[in-house]
Amino acid sequence: MVSPVLTSSDVLDGAASSPAALRRFLHGLPGVDQVGCEARAATLSTRSIKTTSKAWALDLAVSMIDLTTLEGQDTIGKVRALCAKAKRPDPEDPSCPRVAAICVYPDMVATAKAALGSSGVHVASVATAFPSGRSTLDVKLQDTEDAVAAGADEIDMVIDRGAFLSGDFSRVFDEIVAVKQVCRRSTGQDAHLKVIMEAGELVTYDNVRRASWLSMLAGADFIKTSTGKVQPAATMPVTLIMLEAVRDFREATGRMVGVKPAGGISTSKDAIKYLVMVNETAGDDWLDPEWFRFGASRLLNDLLMQRTKMTTGRYSGPDYFTLD
Amino acid sequence: MAFEYAPAPESRAIVDLKSSYGLFIGGDFVDGSGHAFKSVSPATEEVLAEIAEATANDVDTAVAAARRAYTRTWSKTSGAERSKYLFRIARIIQERSRELAVLESLDNGKPIRESRDVDIPLVAAYFFYYAGWADKLEYALPHRRGATTTPRPLGVAGQIIPWNFPLLMLAWKIAPALAAGNTVVLKPAETTSLTALLFAEICQQADLPAGVVNIITGAGETGRALVGHPDVDKVAFTGSTEVGKAIGRTVAGTRKSVTLELGGKAANIVFDDAPIDQAVEGIVNGIFFNQGHVCCAGSRLLVQESVYDDVLARLKRRMATLRVGDPLDKNTDVGAINSSEQLARIRELSAVGEAEGAERWSPPCELPDRGFWFAPTIFTGVSQAHRIAREEIFGPVLSILTFRTPAEAVEKANNTPFGLSAGVWTDKGSRILWMANQLRAGVVWANTFNRFDPTSPFGGYKESGYGREGGRHGLEAYLAE
Repeated sequence: MVSPVLTSSDVLDGAASSPAALRRFLHGLPGVDQVGCEARAATLSTRSIKTTSKAWALDLAVSMIDLTTLEGQDTIGKVRALCAKAKRPDPEDPSCPRVAAICVYPDMVATAKAALGSSGVHVASVATAFPSGRSTLDVKLQDTEDAVAAGADEIDMVIDRGAFLSGDFSRVFDEIVAVKQVCRRSTGQDAHLKVIMEAGELVTYDNVRRASWLSMLAGADFIKTSTGKVQPAATMPVTLIMLEAVRDFREATGRMVGVKPAGGISTSKDAIKYLVMVNETAGDDWLDPEWFRFGASRLLNDLLMQRTKMTTGRYSGPDYFTLD
Repeated sequence: MAFEYAPAPESRAIVDLKSSYGLFIGGDFVDGSGHAFKSVSPATEEVLAEIAEATANDVDTAVAAARRAYTRTWSKTSGAERSKYLFRIARIIQERSRELAVLESLDNGKPIRESRDVDIPLVAAYFFYYAGWADKLEYALPHRRGATTTPRPLGVAGQIIPWNFPLLMLAWKIAPALAAGNTVVLKPAETTSLTALLFAEICQQADLPAGVVNIITGAGETGRALVGHPDVDKVAFTGSTEVGKAIGRTVAGTRKSVTLELGGKAANIVFDDAPIDQAVEGIVNGIFFNQGHVCCAGSRLLVQESVYDDVLARLKRRMATLRVGDPLDKNTDVGAINSSEQLARIRELSAVGEAEGAERWSPPCELPDRGFWFAPTIFTGVSQAHRIAREEIFGPVLSILTFRTPAEAVEKANNTPFGLSAGVWTDKGSRILWMANQLRAGVVWANTFNRFDPTSPFGGYKESGYGREGGRHGLEAYLAE
């Protein structure tokens, strides 16, 4: 049994040395009490963030958005429009920060890359047979390779939930390691790897905690709650578990891993609750687009509306904010 | 980047404070004949209002009013009718919950987050719960199953409540008493009379018959007069063990029935297979909830040695995020100590802890200049022989001990004159059941702490008192065969 917080990194190196060792390690993680975890998340959501703190949090939230379009009906036109929005979310207010990234399917990476240019907005691409992940490893790797070759700065991969639920942790682990390999570039500008747990399919918080540790051990740069295609997507308790995991992982190894809740976060109020949770769980090191993201599409306009309200004192209608 | 939370104060405007308050006797506010005293806000030492002091004569008037209401009205009111009054009171409490929460935080010093999310919702819940019992009393005492008569109320209840949960303790006392058909004379603690007096207004608003609820204010003398009054049929007390013993002596040999809910020194026991993050939350909630002014507080932490370092590191990290300060700020986690007397006692016992060789630690935290404040504190290296492991501190001070085996945990947990509550943290269901059977405590929480529910009985073993409040059991204390 290994207790993560105070173990040295050598112990963690051994954690993935064999399928049996990996299983032992993941099952040795402290359990999660569902009631307690949900109660903690609920208490954190009662924080009241007003005035200057609110203005600060709204801007931070905008800068953390992975503005996402993952639809069968995506077109070059749609992606270009989204990129324009990403660079300048509020055309009437130059003080409004840009978002962190655009998140698209691999075939749209080149379009997004060209549209974003040197704006500093990253291009994230989902890959590995997103969202179900039900394909062969070869196909998943090719999928990733295409996105990397097209210039993706970040890869959002899905884990094999089937393998995870059947207890084949090392298969999930090896797949992440293999995808991570494909994310490397000879230039050294590796694509950052976000690993999606799809918590809604893992169901239990214990599973979410194990999948988080498994992903981090395998080299994930980010752990992400959901694809957005399965309900429930991001929830406060699931994100809480992940924030605890990255916090404890850094204690154990010194390496920082980012967290990205995705799907279902559509209001400023919700986004601020998440930021409070980051602040009081992982700590303020994570209050940075480098380490915390929101996977969202509708959220941005609500943040813009709240931002404008803070400066003008009035709410304006949705017609005053651009559709992507 | 640091996330500073701007002040988010709850407005006081909703509370209509009067400059002075009288006694609530026979349905009206009347002057007290003693020396009026001041109720201060413990967070600022601001005087909130003058409170009347009830003398022995006033107590006599109040008991007479309760007796009259019992004989003429309440004992002739059907269960279904009593139920309606209680439901009405419960609903008014919900409607006026913000006002009650603000007043409670002002007068007591507890954070508005707790008075708003815990105290007041529970107050309403207890009234709703006992409202439902009022017309079903023949099912309240299971050993009378098959009896054809309805159990009888006792008559006039004299009730004395503490300052830590002023309105909630009032609800625990008044709701079952009224449901069972008794009338009451209730004395709140002298530092926290205001919400009880607002409750008196709510009784008027609910058209509760005059004299069914009487609220008298004052300190120890007033309480003694109430307990010793010959026409009181039932005494219910929540407070210190010392006063509880004195009450026991006063009523010994009389016909009065008594329930006492007294002090505690609860063990919160964390096993090595516990859900650690939630256990840390439970430890924090166990001792820092309501500034540790909780009789069932988890003031002794027993941690299995194999996870001691881990638990301690996590606890300290978590404590560093606690926000201590203005009780009315919606982001405050730990508010003010209720009185300068209590602060002095906490300081004294903490000094004793250091003198006895335990190691004291508090997170860096700035305390306001005015008012009564004490930083969240833990003591490590505590042994069973230390006074801080034995005496109730009733403040935000946690004594941490370790154990090696479940048997040792039980032995240490039970090795106290108290027995009000205990907590067990483990993922193993069988161990929870085994521990619950071994622990001599009235409440055993498993993987949670300080959770209250009107359906659940609450009360102590040993010097933590006798009798149960809450649930069906709570009615027994107010019913005769």
